[in-house]
Amino acid sequence: MSDHDYRPKSKLGQWFNDRLPLLTLANHLTDYPTPKNLNYWWTFGGILTFCLITQIVTGLTLAMHYIAHADMAFESVEHIMRDVNYGWLIRYIHANGASMFFLAVYIHIFRSLFYGSYKAPREIIWIIGIIIYLLMMAAAFMGYVLPWGQMSFWGATVITNLFSAIPLVGEGIVTWLWGGYSVDNPTLTRFFTLHYLIPFLILGLVVLHIWALHVPGNNNPVGIDVKKPSKDTVPFHPYIVIKDGFALLMFMIVFAFFVFYAPNILGHADNYIEANPMVTPAHIVPEWYLLPFYAILRSVPDKLLGVVAMLSAILILAVLPWLDTSKIRSAVFRPLYKQFYWILVADVLILGYVGAMPAEGLYLLIARVATAYYFLHFLVILPILGFKEKTLPVPLSITEPVLGGSPNLAAAKNKESKIE
Amino acid sequence: MKNFYKFFSIIIIIIASNSYSFAAEKVEYLKTDWSFKGLFGKFDRASLQRGYQVYTEVCASCHSMKYLSYRNLAEPGGPEFSEAQAKAIAASFDVTDGPNSDGDMFIRPGKLSDKFVMPYDNVKAAQAANGGAYPPDMSVLVKARGGGVDYIYSLLQGYEEAPSNVTLDDGVYYNKYMYGNKIRMAAPLSDGLVEYGDGTNATVEQMSKDVTTFLMWSAEPHLEARHQMGFKAIVYLIILTVLVYFSMKKIWSRVESEV
Repeated sequence: MSDHDYRPKSKLGQWFNDRLPLLTLANHLTDYPTPKNLNYWWTFGGILTFCLITQIVTGLTLAMHYIAHADMAFESVEHIMRDVNYGWLIRYIHANGASMFFLAVYIHIFRSLFYGSYKAPREIIWIIGIIIYLLMMAAAFMGYVLPWGQMSFWGATVITNLFSAIPLVGEGIVTWLWGGYSVDNPTLTRFFTLHYLIPFLILGLVVLHIWALHVPGNNNPVGIDVKKPSKDTVPFHPYIVIKDGFALLMFMIVFAFFVFYAPNILGHADNYIEANPMVTPAHIVPEWYLLPFYAILRSVPDKLLGVVAMLSAILILAVLPWLDTSKIRSAVFRPLYKQFYWILVADVLILGYVGAMPAEGLYLLIARVATAYYFLHFLVILPILGFKEKTLPVPLSITEPVLGGSPNLAAAKNKESKIE
Repeated sequence: MKNFYKFFSIIIIIIASNSYSFAAEKVEYLKTDWSFKGLFGKFDRASLQRGYQVYTEVCASCHSMKYLSYRNLAEPGGPEFSEAQAKAIAASFDVTDGPNSDGDMFIRPGKLSDKFVMPYDNVKAAQAANGGAYPPDMSVLVKARGGGVDYIYSLLQGYEEAPSNVTLDDGVYYNKYMYGNKIRMAAPLSDGLVEYGDGTNATVEQMSKDVTTFLMWSAEPHLEARHQMGFKAIVYLIILTVLVYFSMKKIWSRVESEV
């Protein structure tokens, strides 16, 4: 931010800004040079910020009425749904907001994978993003426990039990996590506390995520470094603000559809049955956004190795900048990577599907193949591809493909129709 | 841009169908047209009132509805009994209150603010009276079953003679829509079991529909308000989206790049 010679016009503004340069920061954010060829996949950063704020605001409101006690939690949620003014609206926004949050984050992550946004010099942005994603999963899991329905209780039991796979100290850790010898009131109250805390940790990391982004600037669909500010960039305000705003509104229409017309379709019916430690549901399944990892967990016959596989599936992403050996960022100029990318997308969707099915027979076989392929993609295909792949010539600037007349025009045009 | 929307809608469909496929059991449920489905879905008042009658005369002898209060019966969006009617309904139940100033519990007629009186004092008592099976609380029952209203509607009409290869224990009945086909509840409805005040013919099918409608309302008492607000919210969002779209086009016309 040191590249700014900004000075407020008013005397008061100058006085304030010399002591706390908030106005310089605001100026930096509005003037921030952004590549002008960003497509709509780039609008999900803004959408995610909206999701986070929505979850925090609705969450705070719910917390005013919710009672974190094993005997009263379920009832207090019904109280919110029935007797609190617009409580049903706030709760449905919060519950579906979690799904919308994950929908957006998956698009955001896969956009990064396609355009190589995780590569140098953006590794730190990417790693912070992965930490945010991990925290999101923790927050979502604990949030799902709070209504204290059957799926809350048994989901919590299954997931916390995973820690018992740790050799020697596993059982002790599980007891420590539970605050007792089974999932019970102490578990609920600590989950509530953490569920309240984590969003603010995420908020802090989001600030770092954006800060780290503003150092090198945005990647872009062509994946080349952009001189800024230049003919290749536009100021963040009004160009990107209005475009993000438009995309956000489209997103909100989908969001509203779920909240008002299908508020329970993404949840599990069993969670409207009050938690009962004596009755185990027929199928214990997590929320849809955790299903691919659930499939990986169950595809390994050994409990400890299953947990290791599941965690590795997420953590492997953190070292992705070093696993991908290709210097070219955008898949637009990587014909082979592009194909493997779509295979990976299909692979993850398949994992999600089998994660929802009973782990037996054909489903289990599919889950195992898909799990193996997931790791193969990151550990074998990506490192080799960087050396073997014959990439297409990359344009020198963003304006070049836009203005035409370059040999790369065809490739750039092709990209427009394929991806966007 | 076109592909963007295509991809987006595919994702939505996958998620929706995925979650639906494991939420519901793979049985063809009986279908009927529910007035509360769809963009403008509203409850059929008369059906809700009849449904309450079925609930209170039949189901309530075993099934509690602990999250509802008698005042709910007179609230907008529900059966909308008049306040006098709701008061009379409440007063027909005996409620244990207290302790009074002498330290004794006492029995008084119900008030609008009372929760629905429960048929049993506790879960154990309910189980003891029902051969060990607990008749589930009905407040949110339709949301707690994968098939929702269609499942409940079908279940009530799904009692059959057990096939010869199925042996039933004492007090267990065969129902083709029940998970595992074995149910501890005897067929609760039979033609003419209740006498509807409005002269509607009380067939099993009619009563099933009425009581299921009532259960949908009890699980989602603000469904009508939700549908109404949803329509307004989405129309508002669409108009705003169109306006913002044209603003965006205007702003971006200053640079030679497409949005």
